[in-house]
Amino acid sequence: MSSNYPKTLFEKVWNSHLVRPQSADLPAVLYIDLHLVHEVTSPQAFSLLRERGLKVRRPTQTIATMDHSTPTTPRGADGIIPVVDDMAIKQLATFTQNCDDFGIRMFALGTENQGIVHVIGPEQGLTQPGMTIVCGDSHTSTHGAFGALAFGIGTSEVAHVLATQCLLQNKPRTMAVRVNGRLEPGVTAKDIILAVIAKIGIGGGTGYVFEYMGEAIRGLSMEGRMTICNMSIEGGARAGMIAPDDTTFEYIAGRPHAPYGAEWDKAVAQWRQLPSDEGAEFDSEVVLDADELVPMITYGTNPGMGMPITARVPDPDKAGDVSQKMALDKALKYMDLQPGQPLLGKKVDVVFVGSCTNSRISDLREVAKYIEGRKIADNVRMLVVPGSQRVKKQAEAEGLHEVFKAAGAEWREAGCSMCIAMNGDELRPGQYAVSTSNRNFEGRQGAGGRTFLASPLTAAATALNGYITDPREMVLERA
Amino acid sequence: MEPLKPFTGSIVAIPINDTDTDQIIPARYLKVTDKAGLGAAVFSNWRFNGDGSPKPDFVLNKPEYQGAQVLVGGHNFGCGSSREHAPWALMGAGFKAVISTYFADIFKGNSLKNGLLPIVVDEETHRQLISLAEEDPNTQVSIDLAAQTVTLPDGRKVEFPIDGFSKECLLQGVDQLGYLMNLEDGIAAYESHHSPRVSTLV
Ligand code: SF4
Repeated sequence: MSSNYPKTLFEKVWNSHLVRPQSADLPAVLYIDLHLVHEVTSPQAFSLLRERGLKVRRPTQTIATMDHSTPTTPRGADGIIPVVDDMAIKQLATFTQNCDDFGIRMFALGTENQGIVHVIGPEQGLTQPGMTIVCGDSHTSTHGAFGALAFGIGTSEVAHVLATQCLLQNKPRTMAVRVNGRLEPGVTAKDIILAVIAKIGIGGGTGYVFEYMGEAIRGLSMEGRMTICNMSIEGGARAGMIAPDDTTFEYIAGRPHAPYGAEWDKAVAQWRQLPSDEGAEFDSEVVLDADELVPMITYGTNPGMGMPITARVPDPDKAGDVSQKMALDKALKYMDLQPGQPLLGKKVDVVFVGSCTNSRISDLREVAKYIEGRKIADNVRMLVVPGSQRVKKQAEAEGLHEVFKAAGAEWREAGCSMCIAMNGDELRPGQYAVSTSNRNFEGRQGAGGRTFLASPLTAAATALNGYITDPREMVLERA
Repeated sequence: MEPLKPFTGSIVAIPINDTDTDQIIPARYLKVTDKAGLGAAVFSNWRFNGDGSPKPDFVLNKPEYQGAQVLVGGHNFGCGSSREHAPWALMGAGFKAVISTYFADIFKGNSLKNGLLPIVVDEETHRQLISLAEEDPNTQVSIDLAAQTVTLPDGRKVEFPIDGFSKECLLQGVDQLGYLMNLEDGIAAYESHHSPRVSTLV
């Protein structure tokens, strides 16, 4: 095939990063532009480098932050965020030592740029179109919202990138995820991606890179696009991409690491070449109509077990095959839900607004807009956890924290918090939560805890009523 | 890494579809800075009650299944988080191979890099292995990576796929880092034609 056949966005980025293409018996060698590192998946990689006497090849293309095992409890009088867990203390100390020893810039707990790894990359302007970006974290797919090829890797691969700035990769296939039409008020980017995953299933995208396209995607802000790409992995795809456009460039312009002056113009000219060519072929395609979407919620124990918020919990006896029935039975048992039961009106104990899916400033503004001047229900504990210290600062400059506190919600420090329950923020056994995060696996938010994934709007409406609520009523009221 | 030699071992089935890595090793165990001790926590939420006492019904707690080396998992095994602690925990618990109809991408890659063999079989064979494991805890299979075969107790050999590169690495016991380090010339040549797109220091 000639080299000027129509190419997809993915192929353009892939091709321009090949140190060596794939052959019949060898994987491709892919060059990595930006490596993000956090405290949980890196210690064993640094140990391996030490064992072999290796250096970090490109410390200046590596950035580190503390987010997963860090507490989000408010600062003490001394301005310091207290870490009380001995293992977390050791993990954070090891991480600091590793970054110091190997010359990697690190955003330490509580400092001005610290935050969830997938929030800080874009926020700093480090995430740019056309780049290859990896991190020992499956939600690295978030960065694909900028037209980067971004994917999660394991700890062995973290060592590979630290030592060589390269990865051995087999070329994935491509899937076009086309979302036509426009979203109705009260329906958000989160609902789009929950609907996509409910449609294809959590293994449906395995081996693919998604490219999200269509009118509904074009109409989203960068933060909405990040929410969508973030959850690509929940459909099995390692990466999800969106072609860069003026919305992308506006978001990047002026950020600390963005190109500027003549470099900016040159970069934008190159970025404009990235969108998939007319006639480029995808290996597969799914189509969704945004006009028909309503707010989505999950009822089960994986992100594919989602449904319109107005629907009823499905009946395992009507499942397609025996193994699906078993999985559904097990999920409903864990969630303590009955087939045919509606979720609307279901009481919850906790509402969590946060995580790399929905903890950016626009998410917090949306939630604040609806709870302003109201109180959350007595039966609900609501945590609002900004994705980064910068998001926190911005929210406070806008007075959003006062809105949350006045409503009875907790305003926390930046971090992964109750998305992963390894930092002190967790559900108690049996509790129900509506969560804006990305995973509802058994025990994900605390052993025995039960998670309903939904949008920030659904989270806000639920917090106010104390039970699962369709946010469209609230949105119409305050329109 | 040790070369992966042919072996015969007993099997145990946890035939649950979409077994995610949060189940294989819950996040609260990820505060370690090494790989030691993770085996004791494998499937911890399914194995133990809230007070730490073992759940006698869970298959890995049954005395007759102790020492199993081959895990038969459900479809889409290892989905979710990219944590390499999942294969480390399985290997720490004594497993040398996992058999399923389908593996999630990152889990598969992580396993191959550690010498835990992810074996994909057809649905028929998968069902057969699950019933064999459930009927008789002493059921053994033989796994030969060089031949890419699993031999069932009735002598039937089932072939499984694996990419040539991973296979060579596992057979020789070499890890991929060493291989990449040898590509220095190519990497340097790439870098000489492509200036870095960002610098995190400035
Ligand atoms: S917020 Fe949750 S999903 Fe995102 S990086 Fe942190 S733990 Fe992972």
